[in-house]
Amino acid sequence: MSGQSVRYSYYPGCSLHSTAREYNVSVRAVAQAAGVELVEVPDWNCCGATSAHATDPFLAFALPARVLLQAEESGLDILAPCAACYGRLMTAKEEAHRRPDLVARFEKAIGRKLGPAPRILNVLEFLAEPKVTETIAAGLKRPLTDLKVAPYYGCLLVRPSKVTHFDDAERPTSMDKILASVGATPVDFPGKTECCGASLGISRVDLVVELSGRIVQQAKHAGAEAIAVACPLCQTNLDGRQGTAAAKLGEAFGLPIYYITELVALALGVAPGRLGLGKHLTNSLALLRQKKLA
Amino acid sequence: MPNLKSPLLVSGGPEKRVFLGEVDAMAATHVAACYQCGKCSGGCPLSFAMDYQPRQIMRLVQMGLADEALASNTIWVCATCYTCTSRCPRDIDIAGVMDALRFMARRRGFRPGDRNVGVFHRSFLNGVKRFGRSHELMLFVEYKLGTMRLTEDLPLGAKMLAKNKMAILPEITKGRAEIAALFRESARGAEKGGDKL
Repeated sequence: MSGQSVRYSYYPGCSLHSTAREYNVSVRAVAQAAGVELVEVPDWNCCGATSAHATDPFLAFALPARVLLQAEESGLDILAPCAACYGRLMTAKEEAHRRPDLVARFEKAIGRKLGPAPRILNVLEFLAEPKVTETIAAGLKRPLTDLKVAPYYGCLLVRPSKVTHFDDAERPTSMDKILASVGATPVDFPGKTECCGASLGISRVDLVVELSGRIVQQAKHAGAEAIAVACPLCQTNLDGRQGTAAAKLGEAFGLPIYYITELVALALGVAPGRLGLGKHLTNSLALLRQKKLA
Repeated sequence: MPNLKSPLLVSGGPEKRVFLGEVDAMAATHVAACYQCGKCSGGCPLSFAMDYQPRQIMRLVQMGLADEALASNTIWVCATCYTCTSRCPRDIDIAGVMDALRFMARRRGFRPGDRNVGVFHRSFLNGVKRFGRSHELMLFVEYKLGTMRLTEDLPLGAKMLAKNKMAILPEITKGRAEIAALFRESARGAEKGGDKL
């Protein structure tokens, strides 16, 4: 493998170009360190996210199907770092087999044929690809020794397992292993696969404060100094709502919420200044300085 | 495999089963198989905010009580985390049923059981229709105007703007004609009433 150029099709999705810009930066930084080339899906569109599958059964299929169609020409496997995008692409891939009626309507509307979908990877699968694990094994420039991190998987990477076929729906361990491989100490905690409140983040702030607060609280009580995530919405909710939750619960949290790729990039020697950690709403640099990692 | 023909679990005459059949077809599942164990409700992270528990929604569907199910706030508060679907011992796609009920509620003119969630989804899809991609700043503004919750979250929004986490200008998909065609096909399918989930 090593020496050869490895390429993936890359679907950043809307969040990685806005609220989760720093996620985009760290995914690309890890890819660069591993000598992997990411080819952005040409002229991609939004996957429709929760709003499409909650209210519009045709768009719930058609929007991610167009993304798959746009990615087809490259013939490469697709990396989708946003867990919601990943879930929608995987669902569309599955529906394309099961629902010829949807495929027919889609093809007629758009005037193009939908081919077989390639392999779709979430970010944890990407981090377990040979090129990346080889790079990590070849020598960490900055192992995250003494950093206690709770791996938070959330919902859409592991559920529904009939669609994602990834890890374990109740007790996943893939992120734990990645954290351990970069020298950090994974902290097991009960909230690993609980829901952060997801797209209710704007419309039902009260519920998201409750759910996200509980997850941060459980991680803190389990002894974690930080939480690692693999989804922009999880990051935004845990990061942005923990202050309100802490005040409500009468506790102090201050837990940085890192994208798993930020931690891997740091360990591979990417300068913290390049990663845009200052974009997080909860201070994420102080802990790294304290551990002499930044 | 659950026994799908368990008549004891479904009450009412044939007319009551029309709704059950519609929900099953839309969600490609079999709600009649539910034996009310309550595992879905026990694991649901949002059950505390629901008027009917997920288990009760299954029962309403079995009993053909469409109005109660479609007017509930449950189907809008559901965050589709799939915990229920993943744990159901009868292999019912409960989260898929929630999708089906939301869609039927919308098509049959029920007001969303949670108004703000309804406005959010509408604003989100309006944005995708307009640009092909979601533009968070405009989504935020459209949602605020739609709900008149003008002051909520302003500090957070301001912080995100200051940290350049929300783009001022939208990104636009060039193939907007294709996106428009997909939205037209969606509207056409809904009119024909032939949509299935």
